[in-house]
Amino acid sequence: MSNVRKTDTDTGKGTDTGTGAASGSETAAAKPAGAPADAFLSVRDLRIHFDTDDGLVKSVDGVSFDLKAGQTLGVVGESGSGKSVTSLGIMGLHNSQRARISGQIWLDGEDLVEAGPDRVRELRGHKMAMIFQDPLSALHPYYSVGAQIVEAYRVHNAVDKKTAKKRAIEMLDRVGIPEPARRFHDYPHQFSGGMRQRAMIAMALVNNPELLIADEPTTALDVTVQAQILDLIRDLQKEFHSAVVIITHDLGVVAEIADELLVMYAGRCIERGPAEKVFYQPQHPYTWGLLGSMPRIDREQTDRLVPVKGTPPSLINVPSGCAFHPRCPYADVPKDNITRTERPELRLVTDGHHSACHMSPAERERIWTEEIAPKL
Amino acid sequence: MNNRKTASAIAVTLALALGATACGSSDKDSDGKGGGSAKADAGLTGIVNASDKKGGTVTYEHSSGPDSLDPGNTYYGWVQNFSRLYARSLVTFKPAAGKEGLQVVPDLATSLGKASPDAKTWTYTIRKGVKFEDGTEITAKDVKYAVERSNFAPEALSNGPTYFKAYLEGGDKYKGPYKDKSEAGIKSIETPDDYTIVFKLAKPFADMDYLAAFSQTAPVPRKSDKGAEYVQKIVSSGPYKFDSYSESRGATLSRNPQWDPKSDPIRKALPDKIELKFNVNATTVDEHLLADTSTADIAGTGLQSKTQPKVLVKPAEKAKTDNPYAGATQYLALNVNVEPFNNADCRKAVQYAADKAGMVNAIGGEVKGEVATTLIPPSVSGYTKFDTYPSAGGKGDAAKAKEHLTKCGKPNGFKTVLTARSDRPDEVTAATQLQESLKKVGITAEIKTFPADKYFTDFAGSPKWVHDNKAGMMMMAWGADWPSGFGYLDQIVNGSAIKPSGGTNLMELDDPKINKALQDGIGTIDDAQRQAKWGEVDKLVAENASVVPLFYKKNLLYRPESATNVTVAEAYLGMYDYVLMGSAK
Amino acid sequence: MRAYPARTTRHRTAVAAYIIRRVFAAVLLLLVVSAVTFAIFFLVPRLGGQTIDSLAAQYVGKGADPDAIAAIKKNLGLDQPVYLQYWHFVKGIVVGAEYNFGPNPSVCHAPCFGYSFKTHVEVWPEILQRVPVTLSLAVGAAVIWVLSGVAIGVLSALKRGTILDRIAMAVALAGVSLPMFFTGLVSLALFGYHWTIWQNLEFVPFTENPGEWAWNLILPWCTLAFLYSALYARLTRAGMLETMGEDYIRTARAKGLRERQVVVKHGLRAALTPLVTIFGMDFALLLGGAVITETVFSFQGMGQYAITGVKSSDLPIVMGVTLVAAFFIVVCNLLVDLVYAAIDPRVRLS
Repeated sequence: MSNVRKTDTDTGKGTDTGTGAASGSETAAAKPAGAPADAFLSVRDLRIHFDTDDGLVKSVDGVSFDLKAGQTLGVVGESGSGKSVTSLGIMGLHNSQRARISGQIWLDGEDLVEAGPDRVRELRGHKMAMIFQDPLSALHPYYSVGAQIVEAYRVHNAVDKKTAKKRAIEMLDRVGIPEPARRFHDYPHQFSGGMRQRAMIAMALVNNPELLIADEPTTALDVTVQAQILDLIRDLQKEFHSAVVIITHDLGVVAEIADELLVMYAGRCIERGPAEKVFYQPQHPYTWGLLGSMPRIDREQTDRLVPVKGTPPSLINVPSGCAFHPRCPYADVPKDNITRTERPELRLVTDGHHSACHMSPAERERIWTEEIAPKL
Repeated sequence: MNNRKTASAIAVTLALALGATACGSSDKDSDGKGGGSAKADAGLTGIVNASDKKGGTVTYEHSSGPDSLDPGNTYYGWVQNFSRLYARSLVTFKPAAGKEGLQVVPDLATSLGKASPDAKTWTYTIRKGVKFEDGTEITAKDVKYAVERSNFAPEALSNGPTYFKAYLEGGDKYKGPYKDKSEAGIKSIETPDDYTIVFKLAKPFADMDYLAAFSQTAPVPRKSDKGAEYVQKIVSSGPYKFDSYSESRGATLSRNPQWDPKSDPIRKALPDKIELKFNVNATTVDEHLLADTSTADIAGTGLQSKTQPKVLVKPAEKAKTDNPYAGATQYLALNVNVEPFNNADCRKAVQYAADKAGMVNAIGGEVKGEVATTLIPPSVSGYTKFDTYPSAGGKGDAAKAKEHLTKCGKPNGFKTVLTARSDRPDEVTAATQLQESLKKVGITAEIKTFPADKYFTDFAGSPKWVHDNKAGMMMMAWGADWPSGFGYLDQIVNGSAIKPSGGTNLMELDDPKINKALQDGIGTIDDAQRQAKWGEVDKLVAENASVVPLFYKKNLLYRPESATNVTVAEAYLGMYDYVLMGSAK
Repeated sequence: MRAYPARTTRHRTAVAAYIIRRVFAAVLLLLVVSAVTFAIFFLVPRLGGQTIDSLAAQYVGKGADPDAIAAIKKNLGLDQPVYLQYWHFVKGIVVGAEYNFGPNPSVCHAPCFGYSFKTHVEVWPEILQRVPVTLSLAVGAAVIWVLSGVAIGVLSALKRGTILDRIAMAVALAGVSLPMFFTGLVSLALFGYHWTIWQNLEFVPFTENPGEWAWNLILPWCTLAFLYSALYARLTRAGMLETMGEDYIRTARAKGLRERQVVVKHGLRAALTPLVTIFGMDFALLLGGAVITETVFSFQGMGQYAITGVKSSDLPIVMGVTLVAAFFIVVCNLLVDLVYAAIDPRVRLS
């Protein structure tokens, strides 16, 4: 029960991600309130704010979720919704001078927010690893791919170069790069886009991390290659039983591989739950908008895509109340103007499925069945 | 803004530091400690810090370098002076203080030249038993060869004066020892025996001893001569020989064991070693003198203008200076073939318009120059004091100037071009000052400056350019090649000195009276009569009014404490005598 | 981590072929440079009305009599057409030449840059004597300015915005703004005359006395390095700031590397590559003669020789210095390109 920060967020009311094992035993690894016993990664009320000349930028403003080993969490949202900032926060890659981080990030029983930067650095690349969007700019152009993988390995393992090289070639092979011994000496620019991303995955997984965060891993690749990469991630996850967080703005990607889905808007989590449920019974107008703006080939050709009206809000002057209310067609449905005055908390709708919306589930159900679903 | 503020703070600090050094350097010597109790200008009349001690190393520095150290390939005064340490000419100027230093005394020869009654044949007898540094005895043939190579081989050695060529019989026909490989050489120099040399001149020439004093008569062994490369291995006939030579860095000399002091009445050769450094930054040269880490600035033109004030304000430092005449007059040449200077009255107007005192002030005061009223400077024999165009305090007389302008038909003045040498700052300053005084009487002079090494070849010394560009006024300074009236005047006022390029008679003065006076004078053997003739010529030139003497140049020389036997050699354009100079270090 | 392209035979042949191509181009370039210099020397003054005679007269001493001018004109070859003179010059460089400046002809061995018009002393040995001076100046200063400039630049970039950074950049601003003749004269005045630490500076060859060699060079080195160090500090800082913002830095941190490793191995490495090119050019230009430094400190190097040649219109000296300087620039350029290709595997030699 130590280290649980009491903050005024969604954890307090009506949440239920398990049987309330909040008062876990002394011997078990410390866990935050409400976390399932086998949660590998638990984030509670994570806030990441940046001090700038223009004001305080609230990039992440109260995000919580749990992730089990072997599970894949998809984090979706528009640009600027705080997806990458969250993942970088978990990895501890923000500049401590500029970012103000509060909340808890529990990784396998350790709160990374409390642990010092040196401890987090030890875990980086070892227990948790990250792959980035553009492998051409994310890999150092001057060093061979093999050398960079070797480096990643030798940071956390005291082995000689030969052993590390063998391991690196092993990983290259494992991610499906042909002629790995020869390609070990090649430079990033000598790989094709897909191969490069595979190499980056090899580098991230060389130390068998239990948590893999993939930030837009397929955005820079074309569609056929996309599928291959996603397959690869899924295979590796099965093999190593790692927890995977996939960040993307592409719903088609999460449909492929996510078990859980987290929808972010303006730095807040506005919907969270099992992927199937969120897809087929979305419980938030923003999610409806996302689904509506997604081109689908399995439907008949409609005249136009239906985008979400308006533009993403400023993170310095976040709209009061529900951050989505300026763009929500149903902002007036809840009574007393509450969407404009009170921030909605993440409330349970059905098992595991939460939504942060002032409308009642019944109201949402009606609108969904009558207006939204037919158009999709 | 932070960056700019910090940067300016740094700049101010640096400027202050620089100012502090300007005020604070040379603080190390307290007052009263000078070379003994010598006062300023002691070197003009006596030998300062006299000593008979043998030993020491003399260090000379120069801000650039010589035209050549080869005694047969140099025109610079300081090289003529300095080369006497390794090259003995037939005769030379007596190393002595004051006016005694203007006397010509025998050196390699046993006595001064013996002239025929018509002053066309001159005979010298060479001392017996004088040796080169390689041990061979010096003979008359070596002197003849030296004259041949220095005057008649311009394809290899072109820097030196060519007076011998001009005066020897058949001088224009002899092709020089490199092209004419005959053993006999030029016919008009005879060597009847090993110790006699006879010069046969085409015209009477009473100043022959002065010619014989040139380093060109210092003997050169034919077998060791490599033409232009000889300078790298000069064979010494004097008390010192070369240990090393580098055209860019300088030279070091040490004692020549073959030099016999008994054969040499004029040299004491006290120093053990002599170091000569070229291409030393001019400021550094002065700083080394002030810090007493060198013995002399061998160029002999004195301290830089910017160093002079530093030294003159401190009595202890001023006591170590000498302020001799530089043997040169700065004057304004009015070209008689450019309008309106073809009219004598217009010329006279300029004579009165010039504010000479103002000019001297502008260039730095008494220390730099003295108002001149004659063309011949005071240190040259034949000088007489007179003033054909007097004005109060040398400031000029605008009223008289205007008078003459009216007489020459230009009452409101006129326009003309005034040339000067761009790399002689004093000359440019004087020209600017002159421009102002001329404006007062209505004469508008446009100043055009040119670099010194092209001044005579391309511009002021090329009559064509002068006429084309209507350059009626040209700034000029002239030091004598030898300190007699003829040596001074012949190249600048004789009609024969007018050349299509490289001429030094900028006025294009061709007055038959003057030409004749010069000719007569040089044929006069009697000294006193000869000197009088030069004075005459000086006056004639003044009457002609085409030369406006501005000021006699002066040098401010500095003698550091360690310098011994220091005296001014008037014969060598007012620099120190390098035969005498020694060092206590 | 090894960071050089694979040393396959194919790669090595490609590099060799590249070098050969560049050498040919270099020779061509040197020819062009020499021709242009020749042309400027002879043709430009002609526009100002100079004649061959007045040109020849410059090499005769004060007493320029017509015979002397004619003799010089002939002996220096000035009476020949310009292209013939150029041809003789090129021939001399390749096979040497014979000159007549004395009783016997003197042989000038290849490479023969001719004899100084004024002193008739062979130019090439003089250049060889002066190159060590300029080389000493350039190498010493280069070591100082690279080390100090890069170090300061890195520190500044890492501590951006702090007092250290501001002071360093202010001093750097002063360094690049103050002209060489100012800093040179001030340092000489302060350390040479006022505090007499370095009073009698002169060049001592390294082979003669390494200790003295270094001692005499410290002041010129520091003065010369100050200017460049400032420049390099600013460049390094800018490069570092840019590099440290790159994605691969984030990846390196994500791998768990210590910050120092990230900065040096990943950041600095990439930031320094553009500096290689700049350094190559700066160093090459210095090898052609640090004119102002040499003049202020009275060191007889190539720069001073160039001044001498230009002032007295001494064509062989001018040609010699120009070609040697051009040669250094060409060589340094080639080296820079090769080094760059070795460092950055994305660059292809073509």
